[in-house]
Amino acid sequence: MLDIQNLQVSAGDKEIVKGLSLLVKPGEIHAIMGPNGSGKSTLSSTLMGHPKYKVTHGKVRFEGKDLLKMNPAERAVAGLFLAFQYPKEIPGVNLVSFLRAAYNAVNKARKKSFKPMPLYNFKKLLKEKMDLVGLGHGFMNRATNEGFSGGEKKKAEILQMALLEPKLAILDETDSGLDIDALRTICGAIKEVKKSKQSLLMVTHYERMLKYLKPDHIHIMMDGKIVMSGGKELAAHLEKEGYDYVRRKLAEKNPLKVIK
Amino acid sequence: MSGALSYLQDLDRSVFDGHNKQGDAKHAQKGLSKALVRRISKDKNEPAWMLAHRLKSLEKWKELKLPTFGVDLSHIDFEDIIYYAAPSEMKGYATEWKDVPEDIKRTFERLGIPEAERKVLAGTGAQYDSVNAYHKLKEEWEKLGVIFEDMDVALQKYPDLVKQYFMKLVPSHDHKFAALHGAVWSGGTFLFIPKGVKVTAPLQAYFRMNAKNMGQFEHTLIIIEEGAEGHYIEGCSAPKYGSTSLHAGCVEIFVKPGAKFRYSSVENWSQDTYNLNTKRAVVDEDATMEWVGGNLGSGRTMLYPCSILRGRGSHADHLGVAFANAGQIQDTGAKVIHIASDTSSTILTKSISKGGGRNVYRGLLQVNKGARGTKSQIRCDSLILDDKSKSDTYPTMRINEDDVSVGHEASTGKISEEQLFYLQSRGLSEDEALAMIVNGFIDPIVKELPLEYAVEMNRLIEMEMEKSIT
Repeated sequence: MLDIQNLQVSAGDKEIVKGLSLLVKPGEIHAIMGPNGSGKSTLSSTLMGHPKYKVTHGKVRFEGKDLLKMNPAERAVAGLFLAFQYPKEIPGVNLVSFLRAAYNAVNKARKKSFKPMPLYNFKKLLKEKMDLVGLGHGFMNRATNEGFSGGEKKKAEILQMALLEPKLAILDETDSGLDIDALRTICGAIKEVKKSKQSLLMVTHYERMLKYLKPDHIHIMMDGKIVMSGGKELAAHLEKEGYDYVRRKLAEKNPLKVIK
Repeated sequence: MSGALSYLQDLDRSVFDGHNKQGDAKHAQKGLSKALVRRISKDKNEPAWMLAHRLKSLEKWKELKLPTFGVDLSHIDFEDIIYYAAPSEMKGYATEWKDVPEDIKRTFERLGIPEAERKVLAGTGAQYDSVNAYHKLKEEWEKLGVIFEDMDVALQKYPDLVKQYFMKLVPSHDHKFAALHGAVWSGGTFLFIPKGVKVTAPLQAYFRMNAKNMGQFEHTLIIIEEGAEGHYIEGCSAPKYGSTSLHAGCVEIFVKPGAKFRYSSVENWSQDTYNLNTKRAVVDEDATMEWVGGNLGSGRTMLYPCSILRGRGSHADHLGVAFANAGQIQDTGAKVIHIASDTSSTILTKSISKGGGRNVYRGLLQVNKGARGTKSQIRCDSLILDDKSKSDTYPTMRINEDDVSVGHEASTGKISEEQLFYLQSRGLSEDEALAMIVNGFIDPIVKELPLEYAVEMNRLIEMEMEKSIT
C-alpha cells in the first residue's frame, strides 16, 4: 500500500530525513517511535505533501502510484489521511461547513457519479460519526478547532478520518498533550473508526499509545533514519527502559558509533 | 459553505458584467449644464424649491475642488458622462411584478430579486437606470403608516416631509460630489417608519446602472421616528463597459430618540465605475444606528459611512468588508462623531487585497468637548493574499474630552501556509481553501447580513478567488 524507499527530506538547508525506507501493507498498524527531533513529524507532513519540505532523494509509492507527484488534495482523494499533531484553527469557518466541503470534494473526485450531499443529510451523517468519536454535536457549529481543548481537537481529527475513509491514516503524535483518560478515549475512537482493511501509521514519542492500538510493527527512528524495527516485544522493552534500550542495543552492535 | 440557495449558486461574474441592449439611453445627453438640470426637474414635475436647490447645487459644483485625499479622480472626464437617462419603455413605476418589462425582468431574475421578494422581504424597490422599475411594500406595513417609496414619487406625494429632511444632513456644499448629487440626483428610496412601529423583515432595494457612461445619483432618505425599528438593505451592481461610470449617491438617515435602524449594502459595481458615495446618519438620544457594508467591484471607491451621535446615550456600529482585486483601489472606512455624553461606537472593518489590488482604511473618530463617558472600539483587520497587493490604514482621532475610553487595534495578515495545507490535506483545491479562509475572515460581518445577501457575498468572494492572478 505504502512503499517508501530511501527517502531524504530537507527543510531549507537542513536535511531532516536521511534515507528512510518503510513498507506498509493493507490492514497493518505500524508505529514509528523516536525521541524529539528525530524527524518523525517531518516524515508525516512530507507524506501528506507539505510545501515546506523538499524531497531530495528517494521514492514513495502509494497504491502503486507515485505519491510525490500529487498535491495534498490529490493525496487525500487517493486515500491518504494525516491526523495533525497541531490541528489548525480556521476562524469564521464552522466545522460542519468545512467538513461538508471536504467530504463533497473528496467523494466527487473519487467517484464521478457522486452528487454533493445536501446540508441536511450531511448533518445526519456527521452526527453519527461524532457519536462514534465522542464529540458533542454542538461542535459542528463552532469555528473549526477554535477554542477546542487539546482532546477535542484530536477527536475532531479522528472525526475527519471517519468521514473521509482513507486507506492509510497517519496519526502524527495524536497522543501528545492528552492526559491518560483523554488518551484512552481517543484510542477507543480510533479503534471504532478503523476499518479492517485500513492501515495506520502512528507516529509517537511515547509508548503509552501502543498498548491501546497494538501495532503489528514498531520502528525506531533516530536522526532521520529507522534504526531498529520489531514486533510487540520491542514495545515491552521500550516500556521498561525507554530509548536507552535502543541506544544500548545499537551500541552493542556498533560500539564505535554514538547515537544521540 | 454556501449552497443554501441554489439560484445564487448559478450566478457567475457575467451576471454583473453583462448588459441589456443599450437602446434605452442612446439619445441621452452627455455633460452637465443648467439646461440639463432644468430638464430633469421639469421631467419629474418637481416643486420650485427643488429646482432652486438643484441650480444652487450646480453653482457649488463649479466652485468646489476635487478632494485632495483618497484616490486620484483627475482622470474623470465630467463632460463625457451621462447624468440623466430613463429607459424609454419605463413609464412611471410598477408595483406588480407582471408590469415590469421582460428584459429588465430577466436581469432581475438572474440577480435573484423575485426569489428574495417571495421569501422574507417586506418590500422591494429596484432602480433600473434612473427610474424605479419595481416597488412594493407589503400591505401590513402600509397600514401602520410605513412609507417605502421611490424617491421621485415621494417628492410628489409627500413634498413637505421630503423638504424638511432632504440634504439637511449632507448639504450640497459638503463636498464636490455632494454638490453634483444635489444638482442631478434622480430616483432612490424614501423610507419613513412612524413612531413606535417595528418593521421586522428587511426592506430591500437593488440598484443597477445600465447605460454606458452612465452616472447614478440616487438619493436615499430614511426617517425612523421615535422608538421605531427597521432594517434596510440594498445591493448595487453595474454592467461592465469599456469606459467610465460615475456613482455619486447620497444616503441620509435620521434615527430619532430610542429608535433602532440598520442599513446594509452590498456594492458590486463593475470595474470601470468610480464609486463616490456619501452616507450619513444622525442619531438621537438612546437610539442605535448600525451600518453593515460590503464593497466589491468598482475600480475606485471612496466611501466612509458616518454616524453623528448627537443624542445622549446613542450608539453606532460600523461593520465593513472591502475586497480589492487586480486594478482596484478600495478607499473605505468609517466616521463617528461623538457630540453627546455617554455615547458609544464600535467600528469593525475587514479588507482583502489580491492580485495587485489596494485597500485603504480611512477613518475618523471625533469626540467633541463635553461628550463625557464616550466609549469607542475600533478594529481594522486586513488580509493580503500576495506580494503585489497592498493595504494601508489611516485612522484619525480627534479627542477633545478627557473622560473617554477609546481602543484601537489593527492587524495585517497573510494567509498562513499551515492553514492552507491543513485544508488542502482534506481534499480542497488551493482556490477552494483560499476562498474558505477568506470567507471565514469576513464571517463576523457577513453573518450580520440577511441569508440571501450572506450567500451572495460568499459566492462573490469565491468568484473573486477563482479569478486568476494576472
